[in-house]
Amino acid sequence: MEHIRTTKVEQVKLLDRFSTSNKSLTGTLYLTATHLLFIDSHQKETWILHHHIALVEKLALTTSGCPLVIQCKNFRTVHFIVPRERDCHDIYNSLLQLSKQAKYEDLYAFSYNPKQNDSERLRGWQLVDLAEEYKRMGVPNSNWQLSDANRDYKICETYPRELYVPRIASKPIIVGSSKFRSKGRFPVLSYYHQNKEAAICRCSQPLSGFSARCLEDEHLLQAISKANPANRYMYVMDTRPRHRMQSWWATQKDIGRIILNAMANRAAGKGYENEDNYSNIRFQFVGIENIHVMRSSLQKLLEVNGTKGLSVSDFYSGLENAGWLRHIKAVMDAAIFLAKAIMVENASVLVHCSDGWDRTSQVCSLGSLLLDPYYRTIRGFMVLIEKDWISFGHKYSERCGHLDGDPKEVSPVFTQFLECVWHLTEQFPQAFEFNEAFLLQIHEHIHSCQFGNFIGNCQKEREELKLKEKTYSLWPFLLDDQEKYVNPLYSSTSQKPAVLEPNTVAFHFKFWRNMYHQFDRTLHPRQSVFNIIMNMNEQNKQLQKDVKDLES
Amino acid sequence: MEFSELIRTGQAQAELLRGPEMPPLRGTLCVTGHHLLLSPGPQATPDLWLLLLRSVDSIEKRVAGDAGTITLRCKDLRVLQLDIEGVEATLDIARSIEALSSLESVITSFPFFYRPKGLRLGEAWHFHPPERYYKRIARETRAWRLSEANEDFSLCPSYPRAVIVPRAVDDDALARSARFRQGGRFPVLSYYHAPRGTVLLRSSQPLTGRQKLRCAEDEELLRAVLAEARPGARGFIVDTRSAQAAKQARMTGGGTEAKAAYPGWKRLHRPLERGRPLQESFVRLMEACGDPEQSMDRWLSRLDGCRWLSHVKEALSTACLAAQGMEWEGACILVHGAEGTDSTLLVTSLAQLILDPLSRTMAGFQELIEREWIQAGHPFQLRCAHSAFSHTRPKHEAPIFLLFLDCVWQLGRQFPLSLEFGEGMLLALFDHSYASPFGTFLCNSEKERCLCEVRTRTHSLWSGLNQPKEQRKLRNPLYVPNPLAIWPSVEPQSLRLWQGLFLRWTHPPEPSEVAWEKVWQIATDQKTEGSQPTDSASEPQP
Repeated sequence: MEHIRTTKVEQVKLLDRFSTSNKSLTGTLYLTATHLLFIDSHQKETWILHHHIALVEKLALTTSGCPLVIQCKNFRTVHFIVPRERDCHDIYNSLLQLSKQAKYEDLYAFSYNPKQNDSERLRGWQLVDLAEEYKRMGVPNSNWQLSDANRDYKICETYPRELYVPRIASKPIIVGSSKFRSKGRFPVLSYYHQNKEAAICRCSQPLSGFSARCLEDEHLLQAISKANPANRYMYVMDTRPRHRMQSWWATQKDIGRIILNAMANRAAGKGYENEDNYSNIRFQFVGIENIHVMRSSLQKLLEVNGTKGLSVSDFYSGLENAGWLRHIKAVMDAAIFLAKAIMVENASVLVHCSDGWDRTSQVCSLGSLLLDPYYRTIRGFMVLIEKDWISFGHKYSERCGHLDGDPKEVSPVFTQFLECVWHLTEQFPQAFEFNEAFLLQIHEHIHSCQFGNFIGNCQKEREELKLKEKTYSLWPFLLDDQEKYVNPLYSSTSQKPAVLEPNTVAFHFKFWRNMYHQFDRTLHPRQSVFNIIMNMNEQNKQLQKDVKDLES
Repeated sequence: MEFSELIRTGQAQAELLRGPEMPPLRGTLCVTGHHLLLSPGPQATPDLWLLLLRSVDSIEKRVAGDAGTITLRCKDLRVLQLDIEGVEATLDIARSIEALSSLESVITSFPFFYRPKGLRLGEAWHFHPPERYYKRIARETRAWRLSEANEDFSLCPSYPRAVIVPRAVDDDALARSARFRQGGRFPVLSYYHAPRGTVLLRSSQPLTGRQKLRCAEDEELLRAVLAEARPGARGFIVDTRSAQAAKQARMTGGGTEAKAAYPGWKRLHRPLERGRPLQESFVRLMEACGDPEQSMDRWLSRLDGCRWLSHVKEALSTACLAAQGMEWEGACILVHGAEGTDSTLLVTSLAQLILDPLSRTMAGFQELIEREWIQAGHPFQLRCAHSAFSHTRPKHEAPIFLLFLDCVWQLGRQFPLSLEFGEGMLLALFDHSYASPFGTFLCNSEKERCLCEVRTRTHSLWSGLNQPKEQRKLRNPLYVPNPLAIWPSVEPQSLRLWQGLFLRWTHPPEPSEVAWEKVWQIATDQKTEGSQPTDSASEPQP
């Protein structure tokens, strides 16, 4: 590798991030093409994938050596002291190069080889089949059909090829509507609730400016509401905070006064549905902040909890200032609103934000998870991620910063989704087939670029990259390790209320220590309930089997 | 009986609301000497609803039209609402509850009348006398003796009759040392750490005063402790006040051990909150927990502002310090603050849980509480007179024992397999320490308990808790004996608000009991099957 100058440095110290006595381990640091590896004197290995590195810093030289601090996207922070400055400089430079790849083909997934043949790999990719999933929901049916409008990505590049729309929505209506929606992301089906015959649909914002209308878009929304025989009214949920939209509105009006109205109209690329133009809709803002607010919120959170010798007071005031839990609550509240609209009012709901790939994905997927126990199983959760996140074009590569790109596009939107799910698992300890380790593992891999699932920003791009031929899918590997991810308290039968109704009173939200301090072992419980219950379950099964064997 | 004068009305029709999770109850409300009763009509479930009046912390009444509403805030942090027919009846019932719930007399309190089926009076009181603990120590070392110098409580009114002291120190010296310590609380043994042969002692502050008085017998006592432990052994005095506060105490006759007077002992100051600030912290925490409407920011800022978790962190850190001194440095530790009946006991009891595997068993934990809190003279009656909802100005109330239980809960969360008892046990102890049909937490000291004949005339909580039917609620199904010390993390990220207590009555939708029940099922399956003659190596303990 042209970027690696030094492959091995001895007598490197690894400092404990939270130890007040400056405890450290001494060992050898190795640099490989894909990983940074530290082996301490007890032969314990610490592997750091280059793709996981978010930030490398070389601090000022000290008497004991040159400090090298590495912050990872999986919230690992390591602090090395390299004896010689030259070695440190070499490693630092190599890591800078290796952690930021310029093109997709250099990502780990393209070289990762788990020793499977082509047919095994293909079967892995076929594990999650979205057509099957829509069938499971009960579409196509008399009201909903598969549309071939986007078969060649002609209408919307960031949508999948296969889209489900109301049967009465003709192709010209779809095309017309897509022209009126940001990035062509017109309203399509995300989840169909068979019992209620109500739908969750998703789209991007209308390009309405002050007053622009689009008859096709109005027709499409009408078609969605007509596809629900139980309730003709539908909700349109704008997941953006009302105050932001209104202040935007105000600035637009100011501009409007200065320049010509028509010009302003055309310039306007933003908007929300005007209730006067659409029949039978109820418009609703739910306040989830944008990706930039979320990014800086997480940044603040990490600054607080990375402090050594943190006092309880600084921790809680830091937690408050970061606003992170407030944002998590906002996402959760939006999903609850969505689930209630379907369960209580039998109403279909159309969800959008600006482009319809961040907040919209959060709300649609979390709402479906509340409604449908299937998504709370291990397989179902994979399907949910494939459907609402991967196929509908959540921009994983940009949001996770897979390539050296615009840092302003990076945002922890998917992390927030996982955190919301974690909060649900805390409130409903028996409702989920998977455990916390499963969520952490998925989080690990959205950044690892070891598997193809999360590479690229939309399906079209993934096809162009030929990911299914060149890389492996994550899901079969998770299923192989299933026993690690099973929640021993899960009980599919006790799901009396199939719909989860979480409590979002402020005191039910907690700091997710196992995510943000995953690798800071001194902060965690010293004994694991999970392991012992799993062992007990295992032994119970074994004993039952023994009893049966003896009886027969 | 004199109660009848305080009961203004016989009965009234009422509806009881017990929070959003529970259905309301309708029936006839009735006040008796110790209880509030609601008996549902004949067609309803025959269950009688009963509330011990002693557990009412505050009462609010409102009348409108010809009906009234009484809101009862209980010491176990429950909030109950009674809708009562008739204005007069409402006011009368409210007045009766007010009068009866604040009776101060111990011997007319309910434990003196409580006679449950299946329990015999006098049972379980003999479980945990100091003599028993002394026997355990005597097996390990001859350096300590059981002194009955306090037989008539003349040396120290807040100590039990028998205390464990260095063998080399005679009773006369103890008497002199007692005169040199506030409230007569001379240094006594709290815990013998057999693996290292070191000891944990507790006392009150020395009465050095402005003149910097000394007491030869007191100095001799501490010298003897080090001499017995090991030649050249060192000691640490953990003062639970700041250096500043300890110095100031000299103005009022108290003070600290002068360095020159106690060779081998080093003083460390670890200020712990007590008294009114701690009570206020508890009150403010409960105010925050009682407001479900507040925003996330407001909640976090109130959680920070009430400082409760800071107190938890400080208490655990100080206990760790004492335990580390014994385990890692082989040092003897003396803990005291001012009176030696509050934060001192918090530190000594937590240090034992960290170090001593026996104190983490069900029996050992009960013994620890009996020995280190009840017999050691924690003034329960004063400290637990009111809980977080009282409108009266706090006088002596302070939730020190609750803080201890919270710290134990944090230990249990970090070492979920190492405590034989579960959260249910801690909740029960909290409830009973504030209001109980049992006599265990009555009075402020052994002396008072003797005067009131508590042991012969009331039932012990331990006999109540040790009944088989209670075990599933109180025990930890996952317990596996752990012979090691359990060192908790005290980083703020590792501490959590004890929701099971502070938010007990504002349940999340799927109560944790359900999951707990499931854990029990798995664990008991395991145990019944594990006892079959298969050779499973890791068979859990019966």
